[in-house]
Amino acid sequence: MTASPVVAERRRETRRVRVVSLILLALVVALFALSLSYGSFQISLPDIVRSLLGQPTPPQVDYIVHTLRLPRAVVAVLVGLAFGLAGAIFQQLVRNPLASPDVIGVTAGASSAAVLAIAILSVSSLTASAMALGGALLTSALVYVLSWRQGVGGYRLVLVGIGVGAALASVTSFLLTRADVRTAQDSLIWLVGSLNGRTWDQVKPLSVAMLILVPAALILRRAVAGLQLGDDVAKGLGMNVERNRLALLVVGVCLAGVATAAAGPVAFVAFMSSPIAVRLIGTGRPTLLPAGLIGAVVVLAADFIGAHLVGGTPYPAGVITGVVGAPYLLWLLATANRTGRGG
Amino acid sequence: MPAPSTLQAEGLSLGYGDRRVVTDLTLEIPRGKVTVIVGPNACGKSTFLRGLARLLPPSAGAVLLDGKSIHAAPSREVALKLGILPQGPIAPDGITVTDLVSRGRHPHQGMFRRWTADDDNAVAAALSATGTLELAARGVDELSGGQRQRVWIAMALAQRTGILLLDEPTTYLDVTHQVEVLDLLVDLNEAEGATVVMVLHELNLAARYADHLIVMKSGAVVTAGEPSAVLTESVVEEVFSMRCRVVPDPVSRTPMIVPIGRHRSGDAR
Repeated sequence: MTASPVVAERRRETRRVRVVSLILLALVVALFALSLSYGSFQISLPDIVRSLLGQPTPPQVDYIVHTLRLPRAVVAVLVGLAFGLAGAIFQQLVRNPLASPDVIGVTAGASSAAVLAIAILSVSSLTASAMALGGALLTSALVYVLSWRQGVGGYRLVLVGIGVGAALASVTSFLLTRADVRTAQDSLIWLVGSLNGRTWDQVKPLSVAMLILVPAALILRRAVAGLQLGDDVAKGLGMNVERNRLALLVVGVCLAGVATAAAGPVAFVAFMSSPIAVRLIGTGRPTLLPAGLIGAVVVLAADFIGAHLVGGTPYPAGVITGVVGAPYLLWLLATANRTGRGG
Repeated sequence: MPAPSTLQAEGLSLGYGDRRVVTDLTLEIPRGKVTVIVGPNACGKSTFLRGLARLLPPSAGAVLLDGKSIHAAPSREVALKLGILPQGPIAPDGITVTDLVSRGRHPHQGMFRRWTADDDNAVAAALSATGTLELAARGVDELSGGQRQRVWIAMALAQRTGILLLDEPTTYLDVTHQVEVLDLLVDLNEAEGATVVMVLHELNLAARYADHLIVMKSGAVVTAGEPSAVLTESVVEEVFSMRCRVVPDPVSRTPMIVPIGRHRSGDAR
């Protein structure tokens, strides 16, 4: 007997994932180059390459590339990657497109903690990042416990998460009213999700965290493939369901937490990336890396559009992603119950 | 496929929270035979099957696989000997038949053991055994109920275990597909010598396809054995609280239950 139909189909699906990932990677590189080169001071691509390689360049180029634009673009890529991966992990684990960390209160928890750190305690940015991560972990533990009923799943988690998120939004507002006006102003911009004025101070902790979290997420990809089939099937296949789910949730929460700490809760990036990846891949394969790359594309593009293409004043990236993401959320809410996939 | 392991329940009690569903059950599943568990709704037959498959931890007693407690053994090692198809599994959106069946190879892989030609062959064999090889490139959500169920069985077959447990594999299928699925499981049993254990609702099909029948009521085994010895009018009346006649099935000569209700039951009423 020949295994050829199986081999052919597996090869087709693998090729599809690879081709989509490569195209997305190319798009990330292109947008990255664009955001280094475009601005009130235009820099040619050869000059950018020379500057990145440390070769002599025209005056000002090094300063603009290394101090102004590079950290901002690197943060955009890493934050997008982190949100995209986090969203994919949550949505595929809970098997519900609404269960992304920005919908179920995880990023709201990170935001409250960060506003507390920035506006009230006035701590260093590294401490603020750590507090945002702590806020994300605490909030998700709370959501998990409140929605636990012999397992976590479906709409209970989503509804509890939205409720907790709303409560935390009011905590954040309260903290803002107690803060000094100028720090409150900074916090507000941060709360929308902005890459404006990102420096190497944000890049360093973020890249260290990503060096650990991205490989962890990719190693756990196999666990996602099992858990996608439901707990009973996954257990029957010899998986330790509880341990794998916990590991995935922790990695997902940390990804969302460090991303929020670095750039604020850039609206809907986690929520949109994985569904786009699923559409592009077009099969049931877990789509962690493609979703991460889409996240990076979305954040880079939103930051570029907000900074250069909309009217006179620059808009934060979160405004642009919000304008795109909100209608999608409404559409999903309106159609979820009709197709009976509400759970 | 490895020779089937032995599977026994010893003083097994199962439940959810404080609610006891199965109490102090001791029995042995015959090796290399088709065993069917029947009983009225909520008699604990699905719970018992889930317990046998280590999906539910016992509140007392143990399930022994090759003489060793199934809950103490590493889950992956168990998955090489025993496969379970739970009731009404849900496939991820957009997944293809090949991808779904390939995931049955999970216990044969590890962090460092990648996909090989053996895995391809096992998946192809499972697809062709279930008559779904030509569906290899199709999406699972485009299939009919019967095809979908065969694909799920193929996933369990790709796991290549000597024991296969199935919880109501024929639910939601029309009678044609029910017979088709049961025939397929007997093929598997005869061709590979696999031990098959399943929960079924339909008594007459259970009696026809079982080598060994386990009849349960209120979390306990009422009787077990060859269908012709076990399925008597008094047993059916005791277990299902329903009067009936038992006649030989004109096709298979196995016992056939003819229910007696309050209406349209002629003189038997």
